[in-house]
Amino acid sequence: MTAPAPTRTRGGALEIQGLTVGYGGAPVLHGVGFALAPGEIVALLGANGAGKTTLLRTLAGLVAAASGTIALDGRDLTALRPEDRARRGLALVPDGQSVVAELTVDENLRLGALWRHRGAARERAITGVYEMFESLARRRTSVGHQLSGGERQMLALGRALVADPVLLALDEPSLGLAPLVVAQLMSTLRVAAADRGLTVLLAEQNVTSALSIADRGVVLDLGHVVADAPAAALAADETLRHAYLGF
Amino acid sequence: MDRLLFLFATGLARGAIFALFALSLVLIWRAARIVNFAQGAMALVAAYVAFAVAGFTGSYWAGLAAGILAGAAIGFGVERGLMRFAPHSSPLAGVIVAIGLVMMLQSLLGILFGAQYRPMRAPFDDSPIMVGGVPLLSPYDVFVLVVALTVMAGLGVLFTRTSLGLQLRASAFAPEVSRVLGVRVSRMVTIGWMLSAAVAALAAVLLVPTELGLNPHATDMLFVYAFAVAVVGGLDSPVGALLGGLVVGVAMTLVTGYLGATVAPIGVLVLLVAVLLLRPGGLFSLREARSA
Repeated sequence: MTAPAPTRTRGGALEIQGLTVGYGGAPVLHGVGFALAPGEIVALLGANGAGKTTLLRTLAGLVAAASGTIALDGRDLTALRPEDRARRGLALVPDGQSVVAELTVDENLRLGALWRHRGAARERAITGVYEMFESLARRRTSVGHQLSGGERQMLALGRALVADPVLLALDEPSLGLAPLVVAQLMSTLRVAAADRGLTVLLAEQNVTSALSIADRGVVLDLGHVVADAPAAALAADETLRHAYLGF
Repeated sequence: MDRLLFLFATGLARGAIFALFALSLVLIWRAARIVNFAQGAMALVAAYVAFAVAGFTGSYWAGLAAGILAGAAIGFGVERGLMRFAPHSSPLAGVIVAIGLVMMLQSLLGILFGAQYRPMRAPFDDSPIMVGGVPLLSPYDVFVLVVALTVMAGLGVLFTRTSLGLQLRASAFAPEVSRVLGVRVSRMVTIGWMLSAAVAALAAVLLVPTELGLNPHATDMLFVYAFAVAVVGGLDSPVGALLGGLVVGVAMTLVTGYLGATVAPIGVLVLLVAVLLLRPGGLFSLREARSA
């Protein structure tokens, strides 16, 4: 693989402390705290409604936290707007194969690279993504809504990577994709993260897939962290699996 | 036949102004999902600035430039000072704020400058050139067509070929995704308003010399026609605004020429109703139905 030479040689360290988030009424997250070491891949697990999406949206700045801190490489992000968090190297791949449907594949990638690279460096970064996802290279001029679900998710991932983030957060990338496509996506994600030393927070309902590439897993239930353990230990813990992960 | 040709040609020039103004409505709709009912009044204030500067400096061109800049400044002020605070939960909120703004601006112009018509001189002759004994376009009509088409082509290049255009489009289609990609969406919305209001100001300054003159209601009909154009063409479609503008301009001139000036507004409204019944998304919109 000839990925573009990453300009940052390591992923960022993420530290979430005492994060409480509520939409008006009852809190969705209650004092959630955990940390990601640089280069670590952590699966964020839990049933529907456990608070995974809320956590990622709060991380990206789309939802305001009632209290608590989110620090990337020791710098508090809580006061920053989403666009400024992105510019600090935090890339969120939102749920729902979030490409801009009206823009072409090329324009989506360009949009991701815009603030990070200029001129020749931008072209190199985009070429790097096309080399990583050959099916996208063949569809440069197709608009988002002409792509298959798998292609859209690849594009969303490529668009996040093109900005050379230090932390990549993905919200249920496997949702709605065929098992074969999910396997392909996960292996691409693992390779891309390893190449760049990227720190990854992967929220997933597809526990087996997520744990297969993760170093560690954090399990949320009703807005609380109920487990934080190495991936292998989580996969082996039958009680936990039955109680929170549904298999 | 000669008369038909003449009406057709003048209709194109008039239509180009409608198209330009309709395009400004499309720009704002795409940037902020607001049908800006205050667009006419805002453009009119800019036209008064153009008139004042042209009178003060003695140069039409200085006036034109001042009008366009004033339009952009007004767009900035209205978005940052007013529209930003209108709740987005209901599309009606922005509309009501806009209508309030129309009343305020028109009364203000009335208080400051009175209700009389102030003729604005065209920079070119407005009597038609004869081509082979047939009266066709006036030099001013040609000027209007050239300016309108150039500006539209320029906007086309801006939106499809530049980074700014890419960010403007992305912010309009997917504001949240754009933000997490580092696009300063709120700045893009402001730029969208400024561009839109500047284009509307240009359309108003081009229109006034062909009418009776400046007065606090000089852009009322322009807004109504351009709104019809934008709906006929599809509020999402810049190409629709261009073609719709030319169609409505020609149709209106033909109706005026053959049936009389009083019938023209009715003709436009009939067209509007027919399009809304047959193709609610507009003639050139990709979507089947309008989604607000």
